[in-house]
Amino acid sequence: MTTSALPPLTRKDFQTDQEVRWCPGCGDYAILAAVQSVFPELGIRRENFVIVSGIGCSSRFPYYMNTFGFHSIHGRAPAVASGIKIAHPELEVWIATGDGDALAIGGNHTIHLLRRNVGIKVLLFNNRIYGLTKGQYSPTSEFHKVTKSTPFGSPDRPFNPVSLAIGAESTFVARSVDIFQAHLKETLKAAAAHKGSAFVEILQNCNIFNDGAWVNLTEKDARSEQVIQLEHGKPLIFGKNRDKGIRRKSDGDIEVVQLGNGISESDLIVHDAHHPRPSYAFLLSHMEHRPGFPTPIGLFRAWDDLPRYEDVINEQVQEIIAKKGPGDLGKLLRAGDTWEVK
Amino acid sequence: MIEQAVIRFAGDSGDGMQVTGSQFTNTVALYGNDIATFPDYPAEIRAPAGTVPGVSGFQLNFSSGEVHTPGDAVDALIAMNPAALKVNIGDLKANGILIVNSDSFKETDLRKAHLDANPLEDHSLDKFRVFPVELQRLTRTSLQHLGLDAKAMDRCKNFFALGMCYWLYNRSMDPTVRWIDDKFKKKPLLAEANQLALKAGYSYCEATEVFQTSYEIPPAQLSPGVYRNLSGNQALALGFVTAAQKAGLKLFLGSYPITPASDILHELSQYKNFGVLTFQAEDEIAAITSAIGASYAGKLSITTTSGPGMALKTEALGLAVMTELPLVICDIQRGGPSTGLPTKTEQADLLQALFGRNSEAPIPVLAAATPADCFWVAVEASRIALKYMVPVIILSDGYLANGAEPWRIPEIEEIPGIPVHFATDSNGFHPYKRNPETLARPWAIPGTPGLEHRIGGLEKQDVTGNINYEPLNHENMVRIRAAKIDAITQDVPNVMPNGDPDGDLLIVSWGSTFGSITQSVKAQREKGRKIGHLHLRYLNPLPANVGDILKRYKNVLVPELNMGQLLWVLRAKYLVPAIGLNKIQGRPFKQSELDQKIEEVLGL
Repeated sequence: MTTSALPPLTRKDFQTDQEVRWCPGCGDYAILAAVQSVFPELGIRRENFVIVSGIGCSSRFPYYMNTFGFHSIHGRAPAVASGIKIAHPELEVWIATGDGDALAIGGNHTIHLLRRNVGIKVLLFNNRIYGLTKGQYSPTSEFHKVTKSTPFGSPDRPFNPVSLAIGAESTFVARSVDIFQAHLKETLKAAAAHKGSAFVEILQNCNIFNDGAWVNLTEKDARSEQVIQLEHGKPLIFGKNRDKGIRRKSDGDIEVVQLGNGISESDLIVHDAHHPRPSYAFLLSHMEHRPGFPTPIGLFRAWDDLPRYEDVINEQVQEIIAKKGPGDLGKLLRAGDTWEVK
Repeated sequence: MIEQAVIRFAGDSGDGMQVTGSQFTNTVALYGNDIATFPDYPAEIRAPAGTVPGVSGFQLNFSSGEVHTPGDAVDALIAMNPAALKVNIGDLKANGILIVNSDSFKETDLRKAHLDANPLEDHSLDKFRVFPVELQRLTRTSLQHLGLDAKAMDRCKNFFALGMCYWLYNRSMDPTVRWIDDKFKKKPLLAEANQLALKAGYSYCEATEVFQTSYEIPPAQLSPGVYRNLSGNQALALGFVTAAQKAGLKLFLGSYPITPASDILHELSQYKNFGVLTFQAEDEIAAITSAIGASYAGKLSITTTSGPGMALKTEALGLAVMTELPLVICDIQRGGPSTGLPTKTEQADLLQALFGRNSEAPIPVLAAATPADCFWVAVEASRIALKYMVPVIILSDGYLANGAEPWRIPEIEEIPGIPVHFATDSNGFHPYKRNPETLARPWAIPGTPGLEHRIGGLEKQDVTGNINYEPLNHENMVRIRAAKIDAITQDVPNVMPNGDPDGDLLIVSWGSTFGSITQSVKAQREKGRKIGHLHLRYLNPLPANVGDILKRYKNVLVPELNMGQLLWVLRAKYLVPAIGLNKIQGRPFKQSELDQKIEEVLGL
């Protein structure tokens, strides 16, 4: 690990000589571009980045980043990454994963990474389809969705990745969209600044197997009418004319209100991303399932008061060394009752 | 004065039989006897009290001579209830000593054990020397002044029985008294109660002359040195700490609890002052993949499991093969398939270890022969993993894991260092540029400037490590990965059979059957039979001279606690007409079973 003065890095420093093999028009290109432009700005040496992935289109990501990289096996990136981070807490470990990789085969590892608060950034590319296996439904595909493996419609109810991450009490949960480049970069920077686990769902198009995956949010006008941008300390307002908002009801639930007619901005919820309890963030994550409510993007939750797992586990080692002294192998082997044969 | 004795403690799984047996073991080992133990306990933590499924046993063979097995038949049986008697009486020698807790032979106790008649009264035990002792009443009497409730007093009755055994075999109570002090440091009243029960048991024998005679087994003539008593799982843990120190690396264990491997996790989690990182993962897959991650980041990484967990780890084993990272995987085998017999021993994961992965994914496999040998196998497996940049599988089993034997503690200097080299020079660096001798690729850990590179499970080009799907490249890489394992043969010492170097019969074995086969071969050779015994520690790659040795004997017999897995390998690889002796009962071989087969093969 080097700690000397940081050489200036540019986007080019993070590009590899490998030919990028995603389909032309894939949302992954936009995410790669955003990551390559954000990494040089983080003040971290290139050799200290490790990108870990599982299997799927998104998991080819490490090959295109000129950092240390580990393309592991399906669903297991969180466990591989945890091993790296525990072994070497100073490393900046990011995971590139998809909706199938992180939420189906690897669902168990995802929730355990988040509940442990390992200081790893998880970028979940959600295109609501299995791309690399050519078009089966994923854990985020819509109910009744017709795919290759569900010709009569999917019988599964989908996961909401943000709700799942908040349910696992992830200390940082955000959402952005592949083509909202400026927003995506800001979100990535916020994730990088977070010490503990950071979970970022990136809504992404698959123009081959699920074209228009998020068109209801990304087409003209939809961004302002169907999307609400969460900003800490600001009221929850949306709409092309910024004339709609989210208000708390007396029973604790929330409702969409039209501003005017006696309802003003001051009646709206002021977004608090730093609340220690996850219930408010969960309420926000769930509103997209309700008729008339917008889909939130931005920072749902960033609460950095929990210690990082890798620090806890390594500090425990240091504490025991301080208490007992560094291990003496000769003594260890001779521990307990011994006897001598002459 | 006798040379040797086999004693078995049997009772409910809540009766403290494992503690009692371990204490007796420790005491006789400290005295200098050679020992072998066989703890045998149910998978259920507390099966209904007094029932047959709840019986827990601990057998110990201790001797003034060399001991290789816990013994076939028992000289003295301590049975705490009718169920324990029912399960174990078949193993007691005629005229053997039987101590029973007569307080637990009431009608309800008999019913729980599904016994129609009271064996203490129906003359079914006439061929044994039966000593009915009111363990419950006598223990309560000796503790009544302490003010404990009946339940707490009854919990001390195993120490009363232990005290009796110490008198019977002329052993000092001091080591157990010390152990009780330490164990109940924070509960002085319980310490006093257990010590009183222990001493009361001893005094009871002295005062009542219940046994009339006691026995004396002089110390064994072991080679000089300092000894301790060690179980297989403890030995593995100590071996890994030692290997990490010898390699100058920190140890990382990724593990998920599973019987009978969990004790390695428990043990290593205590050694944090050696810098040991233990990670109790969310499942078996995360256990191995986290270890792969830690290995990538430069630790000596290990994962510990048993058969079912091994099955879950197979895809990740392939990843370790493909990414050519050092890793040690311990499979503490148990009866299977599926959940099988969690607490019973078996050797049926050999073929899984050798071949249980998709495609061509060779992995070196080592097997420990005795509990103490687990230490040396852990060191050796770590050395191979680090030198060749490969995953290595260690096979142990429930019998070795929980069994114990005296271990001569090595001097630290006796253990050779394990050289490790991390790549640092970016000049001409390629992630798959190999050491021409070992074919190992460089270990280039994250954080090293200029060595940024990507690895993964996809097929790659040699040298550059770039993804490559070309047909000839794939064949080349498959052959390189195989050649790398073959190259380890240069590090595997040639094997020499024990006993006759040629003759009528060669017995080939691996793993925990070493002890019983050694004992049997010794006995058979004393009868003038020309027998050799070849025990294999390296199962992949096999030592270079195995084929030659197999040809020197008229018959080859392969006894295994499985359906014939090593037998299958030897027949396939060396085209020898070897035959098997196969036992799949969750228990080790008895010497009599081996003797019978040997005599059958020799036509006697």
